[in-house]
Amino acid sequence: MSSAIAEPVTTVLPKSTLDTMILWRTLSVLLLFGSWEIAGRIPISIAFPTFLETMDAFFTLIFDGRMFYAYAETLKPLIVGVGISAGFGISIGIGMGLNRTIQWLSEPIFIVMQAAPMAALIPLVTFVYGIGLAAKVCAVVILAAPIIVLNSYKAVTNANTSLIQMCASFQGSRMQQIIRVIIPDASPMIFAGLRLGVAAGFIGVILAELLITPTGVGDLITYHRSVAEYNYMYAAVFSIMLFAAVTVGLLEKAEIAFFRPERKQKKGG
Amino acid sequence: MSSQTASLLVEETNQVNEQSNDIVEVTGIEKVYPGGTVALQGVDLAFPRGKMTTLLGPSGCGKTTLLKIIAGLLDATAGEVRINGKVVSGPGPERAFVFQDFALLPWATVVKNVAFGLEMQGVEKTLREKKAREYIIKVGLAGFEDNYPHELSGGMRQRVGLARALAVNADVLLMDEPFSAVDEQTRRLFQEELLRLLGMENKTVIFVTHSIEEAVYVSDQIVLLSPRPGRINRIVVPGIDRVGKTSDEIRRETGFLDTVEDIWDTLKKYLDDERMI
Repeated sequence: MSSAIAEPVTTVLPKSTLDTMILWRTLSVLLLFGSWEIAGRIPISIAFPTFLETMDAFFTLIFDGRMFYAYAETLKPLIVGVGISAGFGISIGIGMGLNRTIQWLSEPIFIVMQAAPMAALIPLVTFVYGIGLAAKVCAVVILAAPIIVLNSYKAVTNANTSLIQMCASFQGSRMQQIIRVIIPDASPMIFAGLRLGVAAGFIGVILAELLITPTGVGDLITYHRSVAEYNYMYAAVFSIMLFAAVTVGLLEKAEIAFFRPERKQKKGG
Repeated sequence: MSSQTASLLVEETNQVNEQSNDIVEVTGIEKVYPGGTVALQGVDLAFPRGKMTTLLGPSGCGKTTLLKIIAGLLDATAGEVRINGKVVSGPGPERAFVFQDFALLPWATVVKNVAFGLEMQGVEKTLREKKAREYIIKVGLAGFEDNYPHELSGGMRQRVGLARALAVNADVLLMDEPFSAVDEQTRRLFQEELLRLLGMENKTVIFVTHSIEEAVYVSDQIVLLSPRPGRINRIVVPGIDRVGKTSDEIRRETGFLDTVEDIWDTLKKYLDDERMI
């Protein structure tokens, strides 16, 4: 039961708080990159470049086009794999949350998949699917899907009973309950699973490119490591982290735009 | 009725009068939850049309269970619910529910929340939002149409819940402890507003509350339930004459206070019995 609140409450952050938040976040990033620069200058290892050297290599890779070429290769299995994981994963997860038979049938499989070290199965995937796109897609799916499925399942089972009853009390059909109440209510957790799943998908695709055949960003890492151009190797790793962070951030924005408009941050005065 | 006591006469009766005028009837209702807990047993009740009936009793006596069975949100283990003489087995357009925890969609604005019931009934968007805005004004939330529930106080959220229930124009309003989440001042204000709104809308209300004072103040009849398994203990009819009197005047009248005391004595017995066990 929520407590009584005499005055209207809002989550609008005042401008001063927003400024403070931006300041601390900037400081956090500066601290990380500063530490990296110092560690590279000591140096802690001959194979550990400074932040500035890495950035130099990063922009070189962008401007000479190698980064774009690499991502064009890497994104193929990633997009297909994450697409399959998201589409099937969310559907199966929601199905598990709504139907006991589907739950009993699927839950053990995905719990085992989530708990087991699925990366260890990548050689087996290569054995079955060869060294082409299918094997890499499979690597993405086996890492991303269990997280997406189990989060969607938990999200639906934890959907607010009171809201479902409210919908039923106004003669909402089961389909209306699912579409108008259960899925929007479950969307924060479904999207949290999707974000984790996408992050796991990135791990899957890079592992596939390192373990199956060196292509795309995996090839950039492997090649520059083999010729001891560590700044380029780290630039490729840095690009993956940056790309993953941006993708996850965009997913959050998509969630807010389509499902949770109330979480849009209003401009505070 | 000249004296205060006479004007607030308490009538006790084992059955509700004017049977033909009863909009909701429950007969032989029994509810056993999985695990064997008997929540309700042999409940026979009738709710007169256009009146406010309160279900009152100690915690766990099955008040909310009975309300949800009437709403069609819970299935009874035995017995039947009749609305306008017809047996019902699920929710229907003649009943609307006001939830204790408001049950507002956090991602929808006030106007969309109020229009939700109409949306479920297939009312076209422009029409349902027009009707929703009318009820938002009626419950005193004009200007908050485009706010989200988290931007409202507890009291304002419950007004949204009330407007949503009124907008579907159901004959019977089922209210599950609607004011338990608001502070005392807001609660009293709400009681007044509820009586005013119901005067305008001519609804039958079935109201669950823990507050004896609230029950006596707003109700036409009070159904006292015994502890688990819930059974009808007795029905109290506080004949409050509100004409020309303020809320404070009514609450200070001897008859009002006697009725509150009388109900409290009954509930206290239950508490004493529980302690003995």
